[in-house]
Amino acid sequence: MSFLELNKVTKIYPNGTKAVHETSMNVENGEFMVFVGPSGCGKSTLLRMIAGLEDITEGYINLDGILINKVDPSDRDVAMVFQNYALYPHMNVYNNLAYGLKNRGISKEDIEKKVNEAAKLLQISEYLQRKPSMLSGGQRQRVAMGRAIVRNPKIFLFDEPLSNLDAKLRIQMRLEIKKLQQKVGVTSIFVTHDQVEAMTLADRLAVINNGLIEQLGTPIEIYNNPKSMFVAGFIGSPQMNFLEGELINKTLTSEGFEINNVTSDFNGPVILGIRPEHMSQTDKGLINLSVDLVEQLGSDNLIYGEIKNKKDFCFRCPGSQIIKKGSKLSLNINDNNYYVFDKSNGNRVN
Amino acid sequence: MKIKFSQILAHIVLILGVLLMVIPIWLSFASSTHDTVTILKEGMQFGLGDQLTRNYNEVLNEKGGWSEEVTAAKMFINSFIMALGIATLKVIISAMSAYALVYFRFKFAVPIFWLIFITLLVPLEVRIFPSYKIVSDLGLTNSYTGLVLPLVASATATFFFRQFYKTIPDELLESAKLDGANSWRFFIDFLVPLSKTMIAAMFIFMFVYGYSQYLWPLIMTTSEEYWTVVMGMKIIFTESYEGVALPRTAERFAYIILSMIPPVLVVVFLQKWFIKGLIQTEK
Repeated sequence: MSFLELNKVTKIYPNGTKAVHETSMNVENGEFMVFVGPSGCGKSTLLRMIAGLEDITEGYINLDGILINKVDPSDRDVAMVFQNYALYPHMNVYNNLAYGLKNRGISKEDIEKKVNEAAKLLQISEYLQRKPSMLSGGQRQRVAMGRAIVRNPKIFLFDEPLSNLDAKLRIQMRLEIKKLQQKVGVTSIFVTHDQVEAMTLADRLAVINNGLIEQLGTPIEIYNNPKSMFVAGFIGSPQMNFLEGELINKTLTSEGFEINNVTSDFNGPVILGIRPEHMSQTDKGLINLSVDLVEQLGSDNLIYGEIKNKKDFCFRCPGSQIIKKGSKLSLNINDNNYYVFDKSNGNRVN
Repeated sequence: MKIKFSQILAHIVLILGVLLMVIPIWLSFASSTHDTVTILKEGMQFGLGDQLTRNYNEVLNEKGGWSEEVTAAKMFINSFIMALGIATLKVIISAMSAYALVYFRFKFAVPIFWLIFITLLVPLEVRIFPSYKIVSDLGLTNSYTGLVLPLVASATATFFFRQFYKTIPDELLESAKLDGANSWRFFIDFLVPLSKTMIAAMFIFMFVYGYSQYLWPLIMTTSEEYWTVVMGMKIIFTESYEGVALPRTAERFAYIILSMIPPVLVVVFLQKWFIKGLIQTEK
């Protein structure tokens, strides 16, 4: 039996909107699970059902062997970090951390010990007497984490906690969250719409779309082996290129080139997916790209151009290569790293 | 340093406003230091007179009323108790009912709120006879309970608390829930401290409202023991002169000055909280 079990969990709002459809998954003890998906896909609702902030319409959730469908949020022993931190504005940092412990009837000495430990771990010891309004974004973030850690809960829930921070701090906090989770070893669920966050943080990743889990797996599994066009387009940056085409008798025709010996028995209209980083320049390649725009990122160059009818086709090459606007490139796909999807439903067919 | 014309203008307006407020008070105070004859002969006085100690002594110690039993001090205490009771209960009841309206999503919460709000259109003066009937049936005439109870519901304060609670983000409640706070704890540990400036403001308004009640205590009390300041202003310090009741003007001025002290004290004391709330933005 897994640490956290979701079995056919469904959420239907009173107005009839179905936010989560019969979702089942298991999260193991100590695992870092990330829910990723576009906004409105139901990932936050799913998290809030685990926290007990939303009722479960159908299905059941088991945490540590206990059915928690009807358990009050305060008795579930879960801790949550909110997007806007939800720090208690009228209490200083110490009391913010101590409040949950006080409500659990823990003795004053123990509270002080635990708060100081957590503060030390998060390097907020100097700010314990300050009010949240006197802290910077990063410090507030740490206090919010501290409030979760100090209670030593069964599970951490993160609801897009990094989206209020600036880019640099976000990367730094991302790293810290990952390190902290490894150090404390608490089972965690992290909700985000940022695929880079998802890839870097997750032990396992659940890509959610329209209230359904599209794919569940380790980040690299999902990157290498997306099961659907949605997952393929969502994971990976810059986004995968999609080209329309036709697959007949293992031969794929698309935008002026052909790929033979496709490992698929599918026949009909398809979408061909190629990641920008899975191509390289050759003398006589499959794809002829006329360059419209070059983004130089230093380490890499992102080349955008046109191939036959497809605009904004992206190709990624090392930053040392100098490519000028208006030039023509000939590209090959490396090691048959391409994906073929059924055009009608977006499912992977190769 | 160059002073702008608009600044000068603003100051002139402010100074005029201050004078408008202060002059009547000064007039009353200055007049309270003269004797009645001077005031009756020459009108209100701008300068200080020599009767200050005598007039104030008279006011504080003399027994007035029909039975010559009630003192001004007793009336101050009565008014203070009445105002304090009204203000405290109004704040507590309004804060709690607003809490129920905002956080307990029961059926018809909105219609109930508007029902409460409509009572603004029915002030005490309109419902004074039914209110009197109820209070007298309960046997509460001539009691502090009777003075306070019919006035403790407040649509205004309920409205303000409701609007304030609605600005508090839901995450705060959710976070508190996960931290093990029940609805009572959330009210005491979160809403009360977060709205303390609001509470102070409401308390001041409601205290002054209670302190200046006239009609209700007038109808409610037959015993002089429960007379309040505003009632007393009309009744005590009258002198009979050839069968005509003449007001003892100087003492009355002294009485007016004294009667201003309790509400002023409340404002001064609670102002600290006001300013504190203004300086620390806690959101």
